[in-house]
Amino acid sequence: MITIHLSMDSAAVAVGAEAVAATILAETKSRSIDVTLVRTGSRGMHWLEPLVEIDVGDGRKAFGPISPDDVPSLFEGNFNSSHPTALGSVDEIEFFADQQRMIFSRCGITDPISLLDYGQHGGFEGLKAASKMSASEIVDAVMTSGLRGRGGAAFPAGIKWKTVLSAEADQKYIVCNADEGDSGTFADRMIMEGDPFLLIEGMIIAGLGVEASKGYIYLRSEYPVAQRVLTRAIEIARTDGLLGEAFDIEVFMGAGAYICGEETSLLESLEGKRGQVRAKPPLPALEGLNGRPTLVHNVISLCSVPSILAEGGQWYRDLGMGRSTGTMPFQLAGNIKRGGLFEAPFGVTLHDLVHKYGGGTLSGRPVRAVQVGGPLGAYLPASMLDTPMDYEAFQKIGAGVGHGGIVVFDDTVDLAAQAKYAFDFCAIESCGKCTPCRIGAVRGSEVMAKVMKGEDNVANLALVEDLCEVMEDGSLCAMGGMTPIPVMSAMKHFREDFISEEESK
Amino acid sequence: MEVGMQSTVSALIKPFVGETGGLMRALHAVQHSQGYVDAAVIPIIADIFNLTKAEVKGVISFYEDFRKAPAGKHVVKICQAEACQAVGARVLTEKTLAVLGLSMGGTSVTGGVTIEPVYCLGLCASGPVAMVNGELRGRLDADAFSNEIKMLERTGE
Repeated sequence: MITIHLSMDSAAVAVGAEAVAATILAETKSRSIDVTLVRTGSRGMHWLEPLVEIDVGDGRKAFGPISPDDVPSLFEGNFNSSHPTALGSVDEIEFFADQQRMIFSRCGITDPISLLDYGQHGGFEGLKAASKMSASEIVDAVMTSGLRGRGGAAFPAGIKWKTVLSAEADQKYIVCNADEGDSGTFADRMIMEGDPFLLIEGMIIAGLGVEASKGYIYLRSEYPVAQRVLTRAIEIARTDGLLGEAFDIEVFMGAGAYICGEETSLLESLEGKRGQVRAKPPLPALEGLNGRPTLVHNVISLCSVPSILAEGGQWYRDLGMGRSTGTMPFQLAGNIKRGGLFEAPFGVTLHDLVHKYGGGTLSGRPVRAVQVGGPLGAYLPASMLDTPMDYEAFQKIGAGVGHGGIVVFDDTVDLAAQAKYAFDFCAIESCGKCTPCRIGAVRGSEVMAKVMKGEDNVANLALVEDLCEVMEDGSLCAMGGMTPIPVMSAMKHFREDFISEEESK
Repeated sequence: MEVGMQSTVSALIKPFVGETGGLMRALHAVQHSQGYVDAAVIPIIADIFNLTKAEVKGVISFYEDFRKAPAGKHVVKICQAEACQAVGARVLTEKTLAVLGLSMGGTSVTGGVTIEPVYCLGLCASGPVAMVNGELRGRLDADAFSNEIKMLERTGE
């Protein structure tokens, strides 16, 4: 009996996994051999996709990247380790072996929509534990764990849970923020495509913890594969009785607005309105969806919950460093040789992620800049790569971990163009509610265009700085408030891209 | 708009009245069925949801996904975000637009191909990335891809 595992993750599909699957099936048929093809999530080593793992009875052996042309020779050689694409066991690849996979422990191994697989690989342990606890005991476990929101703001999850639990209402909601719009991030997408029952389990536990009976997953429309997998998983969970009367989940589709990743804008959108940011207070924990107490959490935050309940809050707290507890799925992206998802406790350095595991740039040129934490994250120079991935350490250097996305640029990058893009992106995606963001972004782009042409750079750069101060202090949410971070960090660390030495004298 | 389309739209959206986020769901349904949200359906939607026409129009205009006019037969979305920029998205975009003689957001004169920007498809380690008629495409080569899209426009297939 031969089992072939092939990812159905978007990152595999985008580089030809479907053609590989078709060739495998055709080859199986023409050779009349008994092969089971299992579609899994991704192991997160995107440079090896499409990756196939073949088990002829002595464990899974990996081959990749595989094109349809490689398939006949794989069969011909009986999946022998002498095949040019042979990688051996995935567990022995350094990139994989050095990770501590908790959230992604099943991703790439199991069939994402098999409840049986999920249960056999450690699934539901958290829910089992939670079912024997009172709501306040569940909240206490989350509080003890020190879990902080993984969407970007890093707000202590326990405090949110406690607030929602304490609120009196006829209806409470769990809202999963799956509007993962930050460039350089794909952890939410990968877990939704590769292990959707983990998110469902996390949301059910959250429902028990804050006494909510209805959950929504607000999913961005750019993730069609995730939509398909989640919808199917929810159907299966309903049939199984996991979801239903006591707690149910629905997938709600966004419509191409980055700002809807901001929680109050997301709630407006979920109510069918323009995704315009709400002023806080009131906090969504007290007056959220439809004016009811709502626990809004990022996908990865909710996916961290089952382990916390299964292993205990203290166990989770002991992972990571300082006040950054637990593990974080870091995402290595952009111009990188070995890109993908690397889950590790906080504290791993940016240098190790980019060089040791990531292998430096894809182009082979020197790393010049790294943007951490999405479009609102800082551009850091190669000299700052020794910084450990930790919320506090990043705050100290004027940066943020955000959702854990790390975008690498080689030495061909023009940081003035990147700063202009930061303003352009803000102008495109601003919800328009507050003036500093709506107008500031447009003005910022205009001034940066002048800077790039070399028009009166001393005065214009002073103007950009002034504008950034206004946006930072005066914007209603992080969109306008944090757009200055990429701009100012680029200006600070890569001054030579903005102004010549002569001019700056 | 034809009378047939009016009743189709009414039937499509009625189930969403009273649902959480009903208007968004309704607009997705209209777009899915018609390919765009015709200005003529705005009064119908407003009437059924008991909203003003301005409110409905406001929601449609807020979201990139809701088209005000039909797109070309083939829709090509090219990622413009940072991770793809780092591996040549700007060149890919310029070349693709140049072979069709289009600017971003435009549709070729034959009505065959529409090129649109997209801000991240979550394939940030496999860039540059595009979506062709809903199909994800990674690790694109600017010359090969722009030629492919040119062929798509020429043959219409």
